Amino acid sequence: MVAAAGLRVVRCGGSPLHGARAVFSADARLLLCTAGDFVKVYSAATEELVRLLRGHSGLVTGVGLNPHNCLQLYSCSLDGSIKLWDFTDGILIKTFTVGYKLLALYALDSCEDSVFVIIPKRGERDTFQLVSVKLTKTAGQDVEAKEFSVVLEGVDASPKCTAFGREGEYVASVKNFHLQVYFFKRKQLNRFSLRATNAKGGNNLFTCVACHPKEDCIATGHADGKIRLWRNFYHNKEYVFSTMHWHHDRVMDLSFSIEGTSLLSGGVEAVLVQWHNGSDCKKDFLPRLGSAIEYISVSSDGTLYCTLHTDNRITIINSNLRFSKSIQGLIRARDVKTGLVVDPRTKALVLNGEAGHLQFYCLQSDKQLYSLDIVQQEYIQQAGLNQTDLVKVAFSAQGKWLATVEEREEEPDLELHLKLWFFDEETQSFKLNTQISMPHDDHITAMCFRDMDELEDDSLILVTAGKDCLFKVWVILEDTDPEAQQSLSWSCDFVGSYHNYQATNCCFSEDGSLLAVSFEETVTVWDSSTWDLKCTFCHPPGKIRDICFGRLTCSKYLIGATDHGFLCCWNLLSCALEWSAHLNVVILQPDPLSEHIAAVSWLSKESSLFVFKPNEPRPICIQRNLCQEKIQCAAFVPRDVPETVGSEKYVWLRRSQLYLLTDAQELMTFSTKSPEERLTVSSKQLAVEESLPVTPFSLLLGKHRHQQSQGDTDLTKVVRNHHEQDSPAVKELLHTPAHVLPSASFLCPIFINSLLISKEKKSAEEVADEVEMESEEAEEDSDEEKDVTEMEQENTKSMDLLGEITCKLSKAEEKELRKVRKMDYSWISAF
Amino acid sequence: MASYKPVVVPAVPRLGEKVTQDTLYWQGYKTPVQIKEFGAVNKIDFSPVPPYNYAVTASSRVHIYGRYSQEPIKTFSRFKDAAYCATYRDDGQLLVAGSEEGSIRLFDISGKAPLRQFDGHTKAVHVVGFLADKYRIFSGGDDYSSNLWDIPSATEIVSYTEHTDYVRCGCASKLNGDVFITGSYDHTVKVFDARAKSSVMTIEHGHPVESVLLFPSGGLLVSAGGRYVKVWDVLKGGQLLVSLKNHHKTVTCLCLNSSGQRLLSGSLDRHVKIYSTTSYKVVHSFNYATSILSLALSPEDETIVVGMTNGVLNVKHRKPEESKEKSQKKRQPAYRTYVKGRNYMPKQEDFFVSKPGKCVLRKYDKLLKGFQSSKALDAVLEPHIRLYTPEVTVAVMQELNRRGTLRSALAGRDEKQISLLLTFVTRRVIEPRFTPILVTVADMITDIYQPVLGQSAVVDKQFLRLQEAIGREIDYQEELLEVLGMMDALFATLTKKKATYLEENKSNGLTKTLDQDTCN
Repeated sequence: MVAAAGLRVVRCGGSPLHGARAVFSADARLLLCTAGDFVKVYSAATEELVRLLRGHSGLVTGVGLNPHNCLQLYSCSLDGSIKLWDFTDGILIKTFTVGYKLLALYALDSCEDSVFVIIPKRGERDTFQLVSVKLTKTAGQDVEAKEFSVVLEGVDASPKCTAFGREGEYVASVKNFHLQVYFFKRKQLNRFSLRATNAKGGNNLFTCVACHPKEDCIATGHADGKIRLWRNFYHNKEYVFSTMHWHHDRVMDLSFSIEGTSLLSGGVEAVLVQWHNGSDCKKDFLPRLGSAIEYISVSSDGTLYCTLHTDNRITIINSNLRFSKSIQGLIRARDVKTGLVVDPRTKALVLNGEAGHLQFYCLQSDKQLYSLDIVQQEYIQQAGLNQTDLVKVAFSAQGKWLATVEEREEEPDLELHLKLWFFDEETQSFKLNTQISMPHDDHITAMCFRDMDELEDDSLILVTAGKDCLFKVWVILEDTDPEAQQSLSWSCDFVGSYHNYQATNCCFSEDGSLLAVSFEETVTVWDSSTWDLKCTFCHPPGKIRDICFGRLTCSKYLIGATDHGFLCCWNLLSCALEWSAHLNVVILQPDPLSEHIAAVSWLSKESSLFVFKPNEPRPICIQRNLCQEKIQCAAFVPRDVPETVGSEKYVWLRRSQLYLLTDAQELMTFSTKSPEERLTVSSKQLAVEESLPVTPFSLLLGKHRHQQSQGDTDLTKVVRNHHEQDSPAVKELLHTPAHVLPSASFLCPIFINSLLISKEKKSAEEVADEVEMESEEAEEDSDEEKDVTEMEQENTKSMDLLGEITCKLSKAEEKELRKVRKMDYSWISAF
Repeated sequence: MASYKPVVVPAVPRLGEKVTQDTLYWQGYKTPVQIKEFGAVNKIDFSPVPPYNYAVTASSRVHIYGRYSQEPIKTFSRFKDAAYCATYRDDGQLLVAGSEEGSIRLFDISGKAPLRQFDGHTKAVHVVGFLADKYRIFSGGDDYSSNLWDIPSATEIVSYTEHTDYVRCGCASKLNGDVFITGSYDHTVKVFDARAKSSVMTIEHGHPVESVLLFPSGGLLVSAGGRYVKVWDVLKGGQLLVSLKNHHKTVTCLCLNSSGQRLLSGSLDRHVKIYSTTSYKVVHSFNYATSILSLALSPEDETIVVGMTNGVLNVKHRKPEESKEKSQKKRQPAYRTYVKGRNYMPKQEDFFVSKPGKCVLRKYDKLLKGFQSSKALDAVLEPHIRLYTPEVTVAVMQELNRRGTLRSALAGRDEKQISLLLTFVTRRVIEPRFTPILVTVADMITDIYQPVLGQSAVVDKQFLRLQEAIGREIDYQEELLEVLGMMDALFATLTKKKATYLEENKSNGLTKTLDQDTCN
């Protein structure tokens, strides 16, 4: 089976989360949001991914809870179908095929069996209509839903531009400079228009709309940052609106709170604004949310807000405007200039994240490990500003040092900073060690550390290549002055150049003895101990795009890719060209653990992957048509456990895995496993989703309880009764706030004792049973059924009256008393 | 969630001297007191007993100064011609001085007339001193001889005529009462033992020896002559330990500090250099107005006295130790809050919950946080920031520029504020670390206020001054470039040989690859 399996390209992260507003489940414990072709179900309390609803074959564009059954969810997609899900169990209930591209979905309370969707108008481009689709109740999984009626013509495609009013009485939709309101009962359509620009030059373009849940009031957002509240819009002429202005740029989304007392708005400023009572004067802010707010949604009980951001982050906010949680996968950066880098310490992918930050993305859990602030400047969210960008990142072999380059280009100046970070074992984070301003006079094109595993410390060398026609070598200097604050710092050791050509790439050989620097058309090879120029290679007329050394047995080869579509392999021993191939290579990526080199080519709108060993020009593996988009960068990530790969063709996948990042910032990888296999693995990971607040402790306790309940099945119910009795003790332990609890060392014996009692009890019980009630086993069971119910009250009563009741006890009561006497109450004294 | 990040003020590594413990120690002197003597001060000697008076030999007099007196408290002036090298005895009771006419006079500190006079040198005696046994005097004269005198009988004990030139310096061992050392213009330093008939060791200094000094341990000998200060290991038979060349004119005097850890040398190049005696590196240096002839340090380094060729005596007193009571006077918190929880001992199982420290924002940061650019710029143009920490002002300007609000922050200012801004720019624009941003600021100011030019004389004058400053800087840079060009040419001629070698190598590689290509 393994041999038969082909190589498949698998998307493994980075799909855009912001297709539509997220939806909270009715109890606000789950958060449902669209993610590419899937719907993701997150726990609002733990940020855990609980379910992944898969089934759509196109981008999911809208989700909405079924108003008549709050455990069901409608989702619509560009593939023209509406699906009904049971999202708690992840089951697809029904599929309604509409046959049009669906761009937004609205499910209303008031409409019995229909939902509203936005579809493109037949025959016209860029014209959309709001239609109501009747969802027939016929049995069967796949149902055709062709019965629909047009509600509004000429609506905007964005789901933010249409909103349904109080109890579904009217629908408001905005497009360009028009607001149209349609009243369902009266079948009346009112249109309101604004002038394109107002007196002060603001742009009146409508961007979003929201309707008050209790009153007749419509809020609209505009491109100049104004929010207008419309009232009395039943009449075409006598309408009124009030204006509120805080945002300095386009209002991205608006949302009323459940009672309608406050209005939430968000824009590119990354500030969530809460307006109280529809007035301009009273407002609260939650600033610095990271990136522009795309959608705002409110849970149905009003306790939580959720904002979706343009960088794929989901933020959950308490209703008192306190930041609560953030769910972040692969953060979408404006531009991934750093490429994909693997952190040797955590094996996490490192790339541009939030503006000025470096994100460490864990591939296994699809989560961001942490985000390192490199630029350390206040980020100003404003269009047209030249922001500081992180352009280069390099790790030393052990992950002890991190080098970053940031630049800010403002004509005619260029601000460049080279920063070197040292991994602090104590705080387990990177600490800034040296900052070098303007290391080069022009852009830095490449940077690399000399990777030497055994000689980590003082022989560490960093090389930067710049467009100022130089490459510079940086070394660690040790300050011998004992009064100095830090003993290590970096300084420039050598500056090299070659005929005043721009340095474009640099790379060290595996053993660190040679440095290859490419200068436009020429590759120069330098001795890394004396910094002498050893030899040069070129393959005219193409400029060198990428270079790398071979590894392990192929370490005598140097591979280069040129602009004119040639892949060349030079032999370093003979200083001659070994072979060359005609291939337009955009990325050249050597595997650090094997001889294999992956080359990604881009030819006429499709990317292909070639894997080869430098010692033979014939590629081992060719994978054509990876994806439609251009591949931006690639990285080999070492596997923890070598995978068993059957086919000789895929032997390069054994030690490490290749990840590719496309222009759309989707992360892709290769897998030889069939989709089913992968699914089982992922669903296994989801096995622990049942109880929502999953903490390691509750997992442990849960396991314990589980075992107990299994063990208890053969015990008498009295024993179980006592379990329930001492569970408050455990409960108390778990629910008392941590700051009033006594120390753990004090609690531990009590906790363990409370767990042990049942065990003791059981043995005592069994002994008693065996001795005295052997003959009565048959009636025992029925007796006990009765006793169980009385036990709760009797337990305390019998304690108090123990001395008085001496005679006239029934047999059953006597037995009961005996049990009580044997019981261990020592745990009570503890509390 | 992220909080506001304050403006980062870039730290520029301080060029030049680093502030070390030594710098702090040697800078701890008050401003010098200048006393005018009658002629070049050729010797200063501190009395070894309190109150540490010092004898200054200049011209034909020996003046005794008290510690803080600016007038001599006593004068010995019984010399017909110049007096030389007035030196105290170990007990501070007697003073001996040589003279131009060749006689040596011994004075009692309390008396006026000389107690003894030793005649025997035929020429001027430039160096005299007591031996450690207190009863003998050594001397060196321009008649090339070094003599030993007995004080009680005022007779010559022995005369060594081994030097072949003027004997101009000398010193006696503190441990051995028989050993003394003389240095001469014949480039040698000779060690004499009174018990031996001739010198016991000769050290070749290589230059006319101006000063010699023996360490208190007696193991190391320092000689100064020419531009060199050399340290010799006497116990190893006069092996050269280290040669210091830190002056660019003749070194004239040497001196050790009271702890023996630092060596001071004065020179005609107007500098006093202080060396560490462990590493023999210069740890500090003083600068004086004219060439230095003599130098002395009082016990405990309380006073540095330097004598110059123009007869000026420069006296520096140590600043009194700063009392630490001042800092303690700070208002202490109320008794209640002070005592609260003071005697609480954390138990073993307690764990600390650290409270995040409250970040106090500077005024300009608060304003920047509220996007009030104009006010933030006003805040950093306050005199104390503008004058003492210009880097903060420039950092805020840079931040405003990054935010794109610098132009609006600069605009709309009145005459006084513009002239203030322009003064700041004019003054700081030539500092390399500020130049990039201040050029932008200057550009913007000229742009904004061009229409109102000519309305205010003050502002116009400031603009002219700015233009002048920039013009000067441009000229300067051009000159520097010229120098750089010249140096490049020089270096190019120096490395010519190596370059051709590389050229060959390169062409070889190139042709090889080309060959290969054609084969393919």
